[in-house]
Amino acid sequence: MTTVTAGAAPGTGPGTGAAPAPAPRRRGRRRWWGGQPLGTLFAAPYLVFVLVVFAYPLGFSAYMAFHDYFFTAPGVEVPKPFVGFDNFATVLTDPQVLASFRNTAVFLVINVPLTVGLALVLASALNAGVRWAAAYRVAYYVPYLTASVSLVGVWMLLFSSNGLVNAVLGPLAPDPSWLANKALAMPTIALYVTWKQLGFYVLLYLAALQNVPRELYESAETDGAGGVQRFLNVTVPGVRAATTLVLVLAIITGTNLFTEPYLLTGGGGPDGASVTPVLLIYQRGIQQQNPDVAAAIGMVLVIVVGLLSLAAQRLNRER
Amino acid sequence: MRSIRTAALLGAVALATTACSGGSDGDDGGSGDTAATGPITVWLSNNEQEVGWGQDVVDAWNADHPDEQVTAQEIPAGSSSEEAITAAITAGTAPCLVYNISSAAVPGWVRQGGLVDLATFDDGADYISARGGDGVSAYETDGGSYQLPWKSNPVMVMYNKALFAQAGLDPEDPGMATFDDFLAGAQQIVDSGAAPSAIWPSPTNDFYQPWFDFYPVYLAETDGTALVEDGKATFDDESGKAVADFWASIYADGLAPQEAATDDAMVSGQTAMQLAGPWAIASYKDSVDVGFMPVPTSDGREDVTTFADSKNVSMFTSCENQGTAWEFLKYSTSEENDGALLEASGQMPLRQDLAATYPDYFAAHPEYEVFADQAARTGDVPSIPNSIEAWQAFREAYTSAVIFRSTSVEDFLSSAAAKIDDLVQG
Repeated sequence: MTTVTAGAAPGTGPGTGAAPAPAPRRRGRRRWWGGQPLGTLFAAPYLVFVLVVFAYPLGFSAYMAFHDYFFTAPGVEVPKPFVGFDNFATVLTDPQVLASFRNTAVFLVINVPLTVGLALVLASALNAGVRWAAAYRVAYYVPYLTASVSLVGVWMLLFSSNGLVNAVLGPLAPDPSWLANKALAMPTIALYVTWKQLGFYVLLYLAALQNVPRELYESAETDGAGGVQRFLNVTVPGVRAATTLVLVLAIITGTNLFTEPYLLTGGGGPDGASVTPVLLIYQRGIQQQNPDVAAAIGMVLVIVVGLLSLAAQRLNRER
Repeated sequence: MRSIRTAALLGAVALATTACSGGSDGDDGGSGDTAATGPITVWLSNNEQEVGWGQDVVDAWNADHPDEQVTAQEIPAGSSSEEAITAAITAGTAPCLVYNISSAAVPGWVRQGGLVDLATFDDGADYISARGGDGVSAYETDGGSYQLPWKSNPVMVMYNKALFAQAGLDPEDPGMATFDDFLAGAQQIVDSGAAPSAIWPSPTNDFYQPWFDFYPVYLAETDGTALVEDGKATFDDESGKAVADFWASIYADGLAPQEAATDDAMVSGQTAMQLAGPWAIASYKDSVDVGFMPVPTSDGREDVTTFADSKNVSMFTSCENQGTAWEFLKYSTSEENDGALLEASGQMPLRQDLAATYPDYFAAHPEYEVFADQAARTGDVPSIPNSIEAWQAFREAYTSAVIFRSTSVEDFLSSAAAKIDDLVQG
């Protein structure tokens, strides 16, 4: 898709003649406030929010990552020398940090395709007018709205050695059980997060599906396309922009995993199989009072997530 | 346009990913005067009995000190008291006193400049040693008294008497004092079907979990050797190996689960034993008939040492009226108020000759006598640099070797000792 918006500046379009240039003061005001000062005013509170709550901590994290930094009581002055890339070297040679990124990769490989696939299929089914669509929508959305802490309790009961899942599986139940099994802990967490977040992504896709013209489906049907072909050739390309959004959000959510490994597998267990970078940031920064090392992990994570999101965006770009 | 989109995407991702919050270097001092008096705030743990005791003590103090009113609050909610206190120190919002200090966190808070050395008060050192005896020196950090040793919960083996009887073990004298006897008894419990597991220590990765599995048994096996002494890890030896092998056998033989319990395993009958302190007597009073025995050793010796699981009191540098805080600290830890704490919670004040100081209490509550006796022989976590990091390193290596058998016990002991040596020696 190409944009056809004209880039002509106000006052210089056809028929306006040779209007006099704005006075310098007005030009300066426009530079700061834009063409719609009222709109800028309305947007300003959120801009301030982003600067204070997100941008400042991000900049401060970068500062901490390059210094020998620790939190002190107010008024306590201690040297916090610049240490270059020392904290990054510590992080990148720490086997546990590297394992946490491997664990995250396992999570993403399972969670992201499942999320995109299931959300799109379910949204298409709901959009096609199945009976009880509203009830299904609520059912998908309730886990997303429910606090993870309470849902984790339910999943612990379901997937414990004596839980319902193993009772159903009988002799096929894994030993050690799901959450105590090094090979199954992270996949179980990936399934949990997929299930919990699905309702949100279904809603995103449902909104995107409203913009796919009915005529395209009718035309494809007239050309003899079956249900699967209509899904692959009309629905999937029609919600491409939403898919990019879902991919990026799923990647960001996945790489920020904390509650699940903290509670579901007891602090990244078993034997470190579900340790994640954010769990390590918490341990190093808050529990062990090494915020400089924690900030370095955070910076590495920002870069990794940025690259993954870029890759997702490019892979999903319309060719 | 594409580069703008890319930059915007990267920016959005960066902002959404970053979860670190900035700390404050602040410049508003707040360091109090050790003679200043006036209103103060104290924090208590959220234990119901302790809150009740604390409020009674505060009410009594306030009635006699109209110009030095004390306000008691529970420690703000957080995943642990230590995190709430660390955040409060950094923000300069810590109260004057906190009655729930874990020794493991003290070195970090001293490094932050958050704690007052109680020995700087004229009678500080004398009061602390007169109350707690010679053992209080173990609670010093960098030669300073940054915590007043307050109360302990000596860890013993708690067991379900009914399940023991069902398994054919004598509930009044189980005879499980040695490692071999303990393992045999545990096997008997599982084999008899009395309970699916014999004992259920939490297998999670939290840095403090060794205090409730490895460490009490290690203290018993070594007659009180701390995990680190003289700047070096102590456990990479025969005693450490014996204790690690003991726990490894429990997991290898299926006597303890490798996953966390989803409920109170003692109440649900999923396990027959737990390591616990005197708090458990009140907690299980209405649900399980429990007995207590000392933690086992290789030779089943008498008079074993165990983990104190102490909680102490610290004063914070943000306190403006430190004179009042010090007087209230002494008042609240007087013989009378310690007795009130014992009465209310069953937790053992860390003072000399406990049983002789409160004979009436122990005569009226014989079930606590075993803990009063045990309280005289306890060890605590050592006050070392990078304390929590060291315990976390220990826990991870232990979990890998002992609970999940991914590495050998020998590798666990040597690698954890080497890492802890590095951390302690900075």
